Amino acid sequence: MNTTNESQDDVELMLPWHAAGTLSRRDAKRVEDALARDPELARRYDLVREELGETIRLNETLGAPSARAMDNLFKKIDGEPARRALPRLDLAARFSEFMAGFSPRTLAWSAAAAVLAIVLQAGIITGVLLNERTPGSGYQAASAPATAPADGSYAMIRFAPQASASDITGFLEANKLSLAGGPAAGGLYRVRVGMTGIPKNDLARIVRELQQDKTVDFIAAVQ
Amino acid sequence: MQTTSDEVLIGRIAGGDRLAMQVLFARHHVRVYRFVLRFVRNEATAEDLISEVFLDVWRQAGKFEGRSAVSTWLLSIARFKALSALRRKPEQELDDATAEAIVDTADDPQRALEKKDKGEILRKTLSALSAEHREIIDLVYYHEKSVEEVAEIVGIPEATVKTRMFYARKKMAELLKQQGVDRGWP
Repeated sequence: MNTTNESQDDVELMLPWHAAGTLSRRDAKRVEDALARDPELARRYDLVREELGETIRLNETLGAPSARAMDNLFKKIDGEPARRALPRLDLAARFSEFMAGFSPRTLAWSAAAAVLAIVLQAGIITGVLLNERTPGSGYQAASAPATAPADGSYAMIRFAPQASASDITGFLEANKLSLAGGPAAGGLYRVRVGMTGIPKNDLARIVRELQQDKTVDFIAAVQ
Repeated sequence: MQTTSDEVLIGRIAGGDRLAMQVLFARHHVRVYRFVLRFVRNEATAEDLISEVFLDVWRQAGKFEGRSAVSTWLLSIARFKALSALRRKPEQELDDATAEAIVDTADDPQRALEKKDKGEILRKTLSALSAEHREIIDLVYYHEKSVEEVAEIVGIPEATVKTRMFYARKKMAELLKQQGVDRGWP
């Protein structure tokens, strides 16, 4: 009972962000569902939308600064010490700039091609593994084990909908993670957390810490 | 039509690109100005402050880590500058236009309703809120900031962002009621 009330209260607190369109997809769905089944909440949501409209209107009446602001700024910049443009070695920033150079349509086709490549690659790997596991089929070295242990420790991750490409590259770089596969169903990616097998408890702790990052919508360790 | 992302512009500004600075300024200066103006309530002061905000961007661009949106970073700097300006000038007086915009509680509710439509009363009520409440309502409704981004700009926990927004709206409802507008909430 209390949990239900808390959940309703939480939904009501989120109404302003829902009206402004700044909730995550998951929270927006929660609010939509609550609005559909609760007429009183829907009435309160109308009040929120009214406030939103008037706040925008009020701010739009505030006008704009004169050209003086920009003139002052560039006079001050002229007075700053000269800055030499250094060659940038920041890989994440260069990647962001590179990605920003493509149109959304190009990016969409590239993503589709990447997914297709991963699916094909997965198919080939599965085929090879099945072949290896079938007695008498295919070449097998006498000295090699039938299955090699997988290197590294992995997690499945779904990034927050509002995370930008630079957020994601920054997050991966800061936490020394690398993408190992995906996207799979539900927008999940496989990321390598460590080069070697990390003990289960340590991996769980690392995943809990990563979950705190706002770039992350969902993360779970995989064995 | 594609535009250069704010993050890319910041990277170029870090390398001393004045044109990138002009683009970033053109893209954001009106919103930053309005955000600051709602604090300091003086147009000349607000103009001076936005020059300072973007000068800080010019100086600090190399340190921008991209952990938040550029617009969130700009509003954080702007908020700091505005609060510092208010501390320097505690006697800052409201300009006439803003003072006029504040709800005149001398009107009786019926009279207020006769001469103003509901939207106008609502906008005047928005102006009559405390700076703390005005700020959060502007950030959420006008600047389209998420709970996490508001928490970063204002420097408060996310749970506090939600409750502060709730109390700001509740206060607004109380002020509206005093003006004869009963919305049946809270």
